[in-house]
Amino acid sequence: MYDGGKIIAGIIIGLVLLTFPIWYTHGMAPKRPEVKLPEKEKKCVKDGPYMKTKHMQLLDLWRDSTVRTAKRIYVSEDGRKFNMSLQNTCMSADCHAKKSEFCDRCHNYTGVVPYCWDCHIAPKEEPKEKSEEMH
Amino acid sequence: MLEKAFLGGRKYWSWMICLLIVMGAGLIAWLFQFRDGLGITGMSRDISWGVYIANFTFLVGVAAAAVMVVIPYYIHHYKAFGRITILAEFLGVSAVLMCLMFIIADLGNPVRAMNVLLHPTPNSILFWDMVVLNGYLFLNIFIGWNVLMAERKGSPPPGWLKPVIYLSIPWAVSIHTVTAFLYAGLPGRHFWLTAIMAARFLASAFAAGPALLIIFCLIIRKNTKFDPGEEQIRTLSGIVTYAMILNVFFFVLECFTAFYSQIPGHMHTIQYLFAGIHGHTGLVPWMWTAVFFWTVSLILLIVPAARRANDVLAVACVTVFIGCWIDKGVGLVIGGFIPNPLEHITEYQATLPEVLITLGVWATGFFVLSFLYKIAITVKEELGA
Amino acid sequence: MGVNRRKFLKIAGISTLAVAAKPATDALAFNPKEWLDEKLGGFTPSEMMLHFGHKPEGSVAGEALTATRWAMVVNVRSLDEEIAEACMEACHKIHNVPHIKNPKHEIKWLWREGYEHALPGQQHEHIDEEIKKLPFLVMCNHCYNPPCVRVCPTKATFKRKSDGIVMMDMHRCIGCRFCMAACPFGSRSFNWKDPRPHIKEEEQNPEYPTRTKGVVEKCQFCAERLAKGQIPACVEVAQKLCAEKGREPALVFGDLDDPDSEVREALRSHYSVRRKPELGTHPNVYYIV
Repeated sequence: MYDGGKIIAGIIIGLVLLTFPIWYTHGMAPKRPEVKLPEKEKKCVKDGPYMKTKHMQLLDLWRDSTVRTAKRIYVSEDGRKFNMSLQNTCMSADCHAKKSEFCDRCHNYTGVVPYCWDCHIAPKEEPKEKSEEMH
Repeated sequence: MLEKAFLGGRKYWSWMICLLIVMGAGLIAWLFQFRDGLGITGMSRDISWGVYIANFTFLVGVAAAAVMVVIPYYIHHYKAFGRITILAEFLGVSAVLMCLMFIIADLGNPVRAMNVLLHPTPNSILFWDMVVLNGYLFLNIFIGWNVLMAERKGSPPPGWLKPVIYLSIPWAVSIHTVTAFLYAGLPGRHFWLTAIMAARFLASAFAAGPALLIIFCLIIRKNTKFDPGEEQIRTLSGIVTYAMILNVFFFVLECFTAFYSQIPGHMHTIQYLFAGIHGHTGLVPWMWTAVFFWTVSLILLIVPAARRANDVLAVACVTVFIGCWIDKGVGLVIGGFIPNPLEHITEYQATLPEVLITLGVWATGFFVLSFLYKIAITVKEELGA
Repeated sequence: MGVNRRKFLKIAGISTLAVAAKPATDALAFNPKEWLDEKLGGFTPSEMMLHFGHKPEGSVAGEALTATRWAMVVNVRSLDEEIAEACMEACHKIHNVPHIKNPKHEIKWLWREGYEHALPGQQHEHIDEEIKKLPFLVMCNHCYNPPCVRVCPTKATFKRKSDGIVMMDMHRCIGCRFCMAACPFGSRSFNWKDPRPHIKEEEQNPEYPTRTKGVVEKCQFCAERLAKGQIPACVEVAQKLCAEKGREPALVFGDLDDPDSEVREALRSHYSVRRKPELGTHPNVYYIV
């Protein structure tokens, strides 16, 4: 092979550069995110595994149902009734009130930037939070 | 055939690079708009459509004008136009492309543009506008490419292309009629609520489009080895003349209905455009400039000696194009919003980012046009046409 | 040309089907449109597909106020600047409507206009002075035949089948502003930029979202309050203030299809007009002048 040495050297260098992200960051992967579950409420609207994978589909369904068909009450599988609202149900004080300890943990890890918060107001998270939420 | 667009001399490349620079400026301005919202334009709560939609409306007309070459050739077998149908079709492609870009530039939420496809709404004219514009774009690319390919190979175009070409004829009329329907069906806007809207649109389209085509033919004749032909230019100028007469006539008809009936709703906008209301005279200089251009163009077009002299014809075509752009773009679209439904007057002035984005879109259109024309002309030059 | 027996039977069969279809479905009390609507649960076919066949679950809560045609009556003679301001404040505050100083970019759901602007075409030179001073509260008229709904390419604005409110779906709006051009009353506002910097943080209502740049917004007859059994905020404020001042309520809200509702009562006992009735949009906001 003409210039065999150069070609093989080039291939090896290329492979090294191509696999750089793998071997350079080996062992440096950040820990899997741990979300802080709400203290009071132990049962969500639907079960955990479903919510983990399909919360966005549920929220989409809630959104269209509330806005477009005036149907605002969601009946869960075990008969509990919820108001279909991100701000007032999901993010309520008893449930996932702290976005930074719940939603953001996984979203930041996976690099997801949902634009829900451009409109929907996330509950404030300062020490004075309780008095402000009693608005 | 695509490679022909990359073989050009210094003039071609300098032109393309100039266009790329303007396109780049437009893109940067658009990124600012994407980040900060449409507030950086001059539009307002009362004038919710501005320069973008004005240009879109005008360019739909220019795109439809390809049909003025296709009909004589394919339906009436006017052989002479066979030389330039490709130029008309490629003009249609770049004009429609500009239209689509202006629409995207005007959307408040361009990332949601797919919602129009995901939630089809047949009662909305905007839905049909999307359908017909994209269809026309596809039709013209498809037809133009196949016809050019066939010409290059020295054989007649394939038989199955004929029905597609016949389809493009009513389709061209439809793109402009549907765009006129955007305006003509709105109950709150009296300036637009007129049956003659679609007819006016078509008349000014068939004046402005072929006028632009004539200018292109003259430029091509001067700068390349392909001569579109004297007879072709003569016939096109006749089309522009009649269309321009009809266009001005239709406008006079509008003025008659408004001022003879003395109905305030009909009169107000025309008063604002030509005389101003309560000291608001923002568009008055524009409209009188348009009238001046129209008058000059009519004289130069109707007088046979003037029309036959190509230099004078070029001037006439430029005045037709600019006059129609002002009337349709600025006068019609902006004027329709003034006075607003509560009889308040807000004026409109385009901002710098808005102008940069507009120029960027025009530059993109010209870039695509030059690209396609380069291919077509090189093919024709090689054939020794 | 001869029609043979086979062809005749085919044509006869299809004709019978075509002619008898409607009487047959009528007799069986089967309306294809209603049947489809019920199957889709109020969604359109495309929405159903996008949710992979999941229907909107739940039903309107027992405490919600329901109607088939919500309407409002504005008794202008009971209005004054204080009441008008209070109504506008209430509406804009609970809906997080931003306060933008530049009039070109302003967003308003409910605001006041003078007589000649609220009812243009009605004014003349010798109108009584009282009328000239009265604040006319104007808002989206929630028309029965809304042109804005007709033109929206994505059904982001739509007339709710259950109660006739012309709603805005902020999630779907692409910001084309065709609805703004179509509205004959100028009721709609567009978010020309991010509204959040223009909402005072301490005045934010955490129970209602804001909007983002690039969407259109307008009055929605407080649909979220109706769902909780409350009347619209402006109506509540106006009725409270009018009661304090010993006047007839300036704003009355109710079901136009219910002959015993407050709105029907108000319309029976006073002469009323609507804005631009000649346009055929059938506004559901009436004015007692």
